This record gives sequence, structure tokens and C-alpha cells, in this order.
Amino acid sequence: MDAEISLTVDGVRRTVMVDTRTTLLDALRERLGVTNPKKGCDHGQCGSCTVLLDGRRHLTCLSLAVANDGAEVTTAGGLRGSDGGLHPVQQAFLDQDGYQCGYCTPGQVCSAVGVLDEIEQGHVSHVSDDLEADPELTDDEIRERMSGNLCRCGAYVGILGAVRQAAAASSEGGAA
Amino acid sequence: MTADQVTPEPLRSTSSIGTSLLRRDGVEKVTGDATYAVEHPVTGPAGEPPLHAWLVTSTVARGRVVAVDATAALAHAGVVSVVDHTSAPRLADTSDRELAILQDDAIAFRGQIVAIVLAETSESAREGAALVHVEQEAEPHAAAFQEDSPTYAPESVNGGSETDTLDGDPDEALARALVTVDATYTTPHEHNNPMEPHAATALWDGERLTLHDSTQGPRPVRGTLAPMLGLAEEQVRVLAPYVGGGFGSKGLPHAPEMAVALAAMTVPGQPVRLAVTRQQMFALTGYRTPTRSHVRLGAHPDGRLEALRHDAVTQSSRVKEFAEQAAVPARVMYAAPHRATTHRVAELDVPVPSWMRAPGEMPGMYAQEVAVDELALHAGLDPVALRVRNEPDVDPDTGNPWGNRRLVECLRRGAERFGWADRPTGARATVDGEWWVGTGVAASTYPMLWMPGNIARVRSLDGGRYAVAIAATDIGTGARTVLTQIAADALGCPPEAIDLDMADSDLPFGSVAGGSSGTTSWGTAIVAAAQQFRADHGEHPDPGVETTAASGQYADMDGHALHSFGAVFCEARVHRYTGEVRVPRLLGVYSVGRVVNPRTARSQLLGGLVMGLSAALHEEGWRDPRTGHTVTQDLATYHVAAHADVRDIDAEWLDDIDELSTPMGSRGIGEIGIVGTAAAVANATYHATGVRVRDLPLTADHFLE
Ligand code: FES
Ligand code: FES
Repeated sequence: MDAEISLTVDGVRRTVMVDTRTTLLDALRERLGVTNPKKGCDHGQCGSCTVLLDGRRHLTCLSLAVANDGAEVTTAGGLRGSDGGLHPVQQAFLDQDGYQCGYCTPGQVCSAVGVLDEIEQGHVSHVSDDLEADPELTDDEIRERMSGNLCRCGAYVGILGAVRQAAAASSEGGAA
Repeated sequence: MTADQVTPEPLRSTSSIGTSLLRRDGVEKVTGDATYAVEHPVTGPAGEPPLHAWLVTSTVARGRVVAVDATAALAHAGVVSVVDHTSAPRLADTSDRELAILQDDAIAFRGQIVAIVLAETSESAREGAALVHVEQEAEPHAAAFQEDSPTYAPESVNGGSETDTLDGDPDEALARALVTVDATYTTPHEHNNPMEPHAATALWDGERLTLHDSTQGPRPVRGTLAPMLGLAEEQVRVLAPYVGGGFGSKGLPHAPEMAVALAAMTVPGQPVRLAVTRQQMFALTGYRTPTRSHVRLGAHPDGRLEALRHDAVTQSSRVKEFAEQAAVPARVMYAAPHRATTHRVAELDVPVPSWMRAPGEMPGMYAQEVAVDELALHAGLDPVALRVRNEPDVDPDTGNPWGNRRLVECLRRGAERFGWADRPTGARATVDGEWWVGTGVAASTYPMLWMPGNIARVRSLDGGRYAVAIAATDIGTGARTVLTQIAADALGCPPEAIDLDMADSDLPFGSVAGGSSGTTSWGTAIVAAAQQFRADHGEHPDPGVETTAASGQYADMDGHALHSFGAVFCEARVHRYTGEVRVPRLLGVYSVGRVVNPRTARSQLLGGLVMGLSAALHEEGWRDPRTGHTVTQDLATYHVAAHADVRDIDAEWLDDIDELSTPMGSRGIGEIGIVGTAAAVANATYHATGVRVRDLPLTADHFLE
């Protein structure tokens, strides 16, 4: 059965006919030709398909497109500035070589943007010592929060460095 | 394409090599704009959209297909056709039984392709595949790799090495040795699991097959598929601009590539996309065979080895032989007058094993480097000192002088940086809260491999720019970036002046991105072509002139033993009550020749260390012997290292230039990082707990009393 839904993808509102079985990931990749989010497992086990859905990180292979009618989706492709320049997180991935093959990378980048925002909002994690206080962005917090995004190239050291660099850049930016 | 063979001169001046140029394809990757195999917007000549293919696979481990009933599938909306062994195009050559799919009714392993569904959408294709009813007749099978599985001696092992070697009388020497080790070490089924599943988009226009493939070698895929399909090589074009990892599984073409090619040939003018599911990959795209290594060491009381035996048994498939060369590294590592290595293979009704990062070296060095740790213990020697004492003057295998063996320096540098001297000698000596803490070391090695046949083309462009072309691939290694740097130095221009064209089988021949041979082989060809270009056209060429040159053998493989070496140091913590293992520190120090790009090289070496850590801690595929089914066929049950597993981990390399191996002074770096790593972790867990684990992975149950 087909259904028409609308999605705002990287700032552009689009209507698309989907099968009711179509995942949000396949709606993006196969129906809209937006292949920035990648498919590594289709089972919510790898994180390659991560986007920001209404501002929060989300595994698009795990939800049906029809359940997301009207949603706002930001992929790694949509994180660029209005001038087309890279997002500070993307620049940090380049500088720190936080990737090799690049397949997990758009998901890692979206996840990192989500992590920085979650810290900003005071969300605690499994490794936070004090569940009442605002969490600090320690290396352990980064590693824990980024663990839903597998990287078979093993670029974790670079990814850690990239999240640190981006966090430092945003706190400098905030202070200025 | 034929081209004159040119053997290059060493690069005398380098200004780009050695710098940390950012990846040339970095922006595309961090934005997701990079297009992988099923992401290319391919359409037919009249704008036909791609069809989606879904594989139907066997559920018996051995037998035959009695009938494929596609009625229900074809009745499902969107399903276009079902291709099975009665309807698939006939192949011109079926001798490769892994690739000759859908040619007859034989089932040789569970998970084998028995039909392909083509549909207008992926949802319909998937549902259609579920609706295909395959009647199968099961025959008795053997799918368990067991100690009593019958074995045979293959004619040679992977890489072309000899099956067995023998020097002196190791059995007699072992019998009279005063310090000995005699133990068996095993590694489990391991699965490459690149993050991009194996996938391809194929278009057959009636004359030519175009394949956007996720492969480590566009030319090898073309060269393998074309004759099987009854086509001239020029009728097949394989493109792989971005490849989401491979680690060997995409090194040789596997059955899904043939499936998508055959499917496309049934619908001329219409593109076909096939993305193998993560689950299907466990049967269809290669894996590391389980290995069983019986290692025997005999030494003098001072630790000097007198005898060494490494007898390796691995599994292969009845469909096609793959003999993992697990005992080969024992031939080069340590001096001993009496030595033997053997390989035996058990032929089973299982999927075809294939390359996984450092085939041979990875499991073989796991066995050997744990055995050496045990020997050090029995001899009462420090494991670093024991290795230094057994350093051979010449290659024990060939008798050739070493090109550049710097293992001892790697061990000493690593020991110093790691703080090795401070470790307590005995095991189970350090407790920190609920954790036992220990440290371990292992050596690492990987041969310098150079592939013949590479050809590069250099053409001058306007404004002092150059186009350089070779059918190489960048599967994440950084090849696109380092080949640009090599071309720049070979032509004496900045890297920005190089337009590198690669990853297309229409370009001059490039060998596979495998065996850590890519940069070595493609780079040597590029230097040869660049030097010949200068000889032909001078320093100030007119735009549009070009030179194509085939690479002669630069590497002195006949005169010297050319290998890379390394030392891995590990700190492990084992929980006293749960047996959980964690690795807070891991350090690899390598001698790999000159490093072309420190930024990408570091990622390569760290990536190898992480994959070795992953093998140490987690990776284990389980095949149910009753059905031949891999029950751990996804990333929730086949665990690979996640971010939180990776703590303080670093790689460094010795300052080095190896002019015997390549004109760039480099050797390969893709695989050495995984070699020895699991042994270092195992040795550290022994030091922490006093429990010697000889079977990977180091799961908690091993440490519980
Ligand atoms: S593709 Fe969605 S988590 Fe793997
Ligand atoms: S960069 Fe290759 S999987 Fe992460």
C-alpha cells in the first residue's frame, strides 16, 4: 500500500510517495535520492543511518516513513552552513582524520552533533558520575555516547579527537 | 593496453611525501556526498530507473534444488521476475564453483544463492524473496570444523607459499630440548564486516556491462567476470570511486557480483541494484577460516631456540579451496636450526573462506606470539629479552640478507615508551580494586608485497597541471591522497597540480588493494610513468602530451628478504568476579619504511590495532553444525569493537627509508597493525591473572574459576 507523506529534508520541504513498509532510511535513499545517510545493517545495530530527526539523533532504518509524516530531517549533507562551508564537526573530522572509508562517517557526524547538543542540555549517560549535575564532556562521556556508531575502519581515536575539537570550537565560539 | 616496461629510479627529492595532506575525498565523506555502490544515480538509456534485486538463499547445507516455485512472488505487486538455475543466463566457464551460481541444481553450503528476485522497489523485492518457495533435497553434510575432521595437504597455500617446510630434524631436537612449549592455539570464524555491505549496480546494454561495484579491485573483477560471462574484457567496465571498507572481503569477486551481473543481463537497458544484507554477508562474501595451530618450541636454558614446529589446520569449502597460510610467518620470525611448518585443510560443506586482513599472519602470529610468551615464562626470561635473543641474522626461510629488519628497535622503543621495565615479573601480581592488571607484548610482521602488471599514464594539462591515471582503488586506506603525493614528487610539482583518475577499470591496469601492496605497486608504476614522461617530454611539456608506462620490478625481492616488523604492547584489566576484559592501553611501534602521509598512515595502523583488539575481545562467528547456519549473522551477535572499547591507543613508526622495496622508500601498512595485537592482549591477560588463554576471543568465561 502506498501513502504520500511530506518531509523537510536538509531544509527543503518534499512530498514523496512511499510504501507503508518503507523505512525512513529507504524513503530518503531510494525514493528521494538523498544518500547522505548510509545503510550498514538495516537493523539498528550500526549507526550508519543516523540523522537528526526534529533535532535529535535517530536511526532511520528503525522507523517507518509513514510514521514520520511532516518530520524535519537533517542529514550530514544538510549540516553545511548557508555558504556551503563545513559544519565545525565536519571540519574536525577532516582535521583529526576521524574516518577512513567514510561509510560510517555521515552517521558519526550527525551523532556527534547530537552528543554535543545533549551535553549542552544536561543529559546524563551511563558513565556520568553524578546523575544530578550537568555532565562534563570527558573522553569517557564521548566514547560512551558515540558507541552506537560502529566504525569498522577503527577510526575511533580520530573520532574522539574530532568531537573534542568541535566541542572546544563551540565553547570558544560561545565565549566570544 | 600494452606499454613499455620501465623500472623507476628512487625518488631523490620529496616535498609532498612525508606531509599530512588532508584526504582528497574528505569533504565528500564527512558530508555523505560520496556515492557508494548502490548510490549512483544510474538509469537506462531511456531513463529507466533501477530495479532492485534480492537474493534467495539455500537453507540446507548440502543437497540440491528440486524446484523453485515463484508463483506467489510473481503475484506480489512490484515483483518483475525471479531468476533461478533454470532461467539464469548460461556462463561460458563454470570452473569457479563459488562464482558459477544458478548454473545447476547443486547446493554446496547453507546461504548459497538459489534465486534472485527483481522488483520495482526494495520493499517488493524483499517481500518477493520471502515468497519464493524453494524445494530443497538435503544430503548428509559436514559443516563442523573439528579436531578429527579429515584433512589434506593443499598444493600451496594462499599467497603461493609452499605448503610444508622442513629444516634439520625438529622432532629430535624438540625431544632433547630443555625448555619447551607444546600447545594448541585456535582462532574462530571471523567475518570482515566492512560497514558498507557488499553491493553493486549493474547495467547491461546488450553490448557492455557496467558495474558500479564495492570492490578492492575493479580490474581484477573485470578480469574474472568477463570470461565467465563470455565477454571480452573491454565489454565489462567496473567502477568503484568510493568503497566502504573491505579488509579483504572485497578483494576477490564473490557470488553477489555474479548475481547482479546475471540479473542485469536478463533485463537489457535496465539497471539493477543489489545490496547484500548484513545477514547474507556471513555466507556470501568470504570470512576468515577458523584456525588450529599446534606450536612446539624447544630452547636452550638461556632461551635460544633450537627447534620450532608450527602445524596449522584450517577449514575450506568443497566449492573452492582457500588455504590460509597460518604457519607462514613462523618461517621468518625467529632463528632456530631445526624447523618445520605444515598446513592442512579440512574440506567442509561451508561457505568459501577468503581474505580477511592479514590472512595467515593474523591467526598464525596469534599462536606463535602467545607460544613465545609461554617460552619466556618457562625460560625465566623477559619476553622482550627472549625475542631479542632469537633475532636471526638472515632470513631463516630463504637465507637472504634482511632488507630492513628493525624488530629489535621496535621492541626497545615500545618498551621504553610503554614503561615496560616497571612491570612485575610474575603473573597475577597487581590488583586495582576489582581488577587484575597486567601487561603483555607481542611482535608483528608482514611481508613487503609488490604486484606485477601495473600501468600508469601521465598526461600534461594546461597551466602546469598533470593528469595521472591508474585503475587503483581507495577503500579508505588513503590511496587517493598518497598516490597524489607520490605523483607530485615524481613530477616535481605540488599535489594541487595533480588530477588523479582511479577506480575505473577502463584506466590502465591497477592491481587489487590487498596484501598491503597497493601503494607499493601503484606508486611504483606512477613513479615509473612520471620519470618516463620527463624523459619523453622534458620539464616543460606542451599540454596534451602523455606517457604510459608499465612498472618493472623495482623491489629487490630476489636479493633481500623484505618485510615490515612491529611490536605491540598492551595493558589489560580483567575483572576479578566477572572475568570481563578491558584494554586501557595499547601501543604499536612499527618499521614500515618511509611513511608517505603521517595522517592517513596513523589511521591505517590504528585501524589495524583496533581490529586486532576487536578480535582479541569479541569476534567469534558460530556455525550450527546441524544446519551449517551461522547463527551470529548480524552486528548484534557478531560483536566488533565499539568506541567505548578503544581507550588509550597509539601507533608510531621508526624513521625509515626503504630503498630496496619501492622508489618512494615505503612499504605497505594496511595489515601489519592487526598482526600480533590479539597476542599482546592475550599475553597481558595472562600476566594479569595467571590464566593462559589459547583460544580467541578472550571472553569472560575463560577467566572464571
Ligand atoms: S543501518 Fe540503521 S543502524 Fe545500521
Ligand atoms: S570510516 Fe570506514 S567504517 Fe568508519
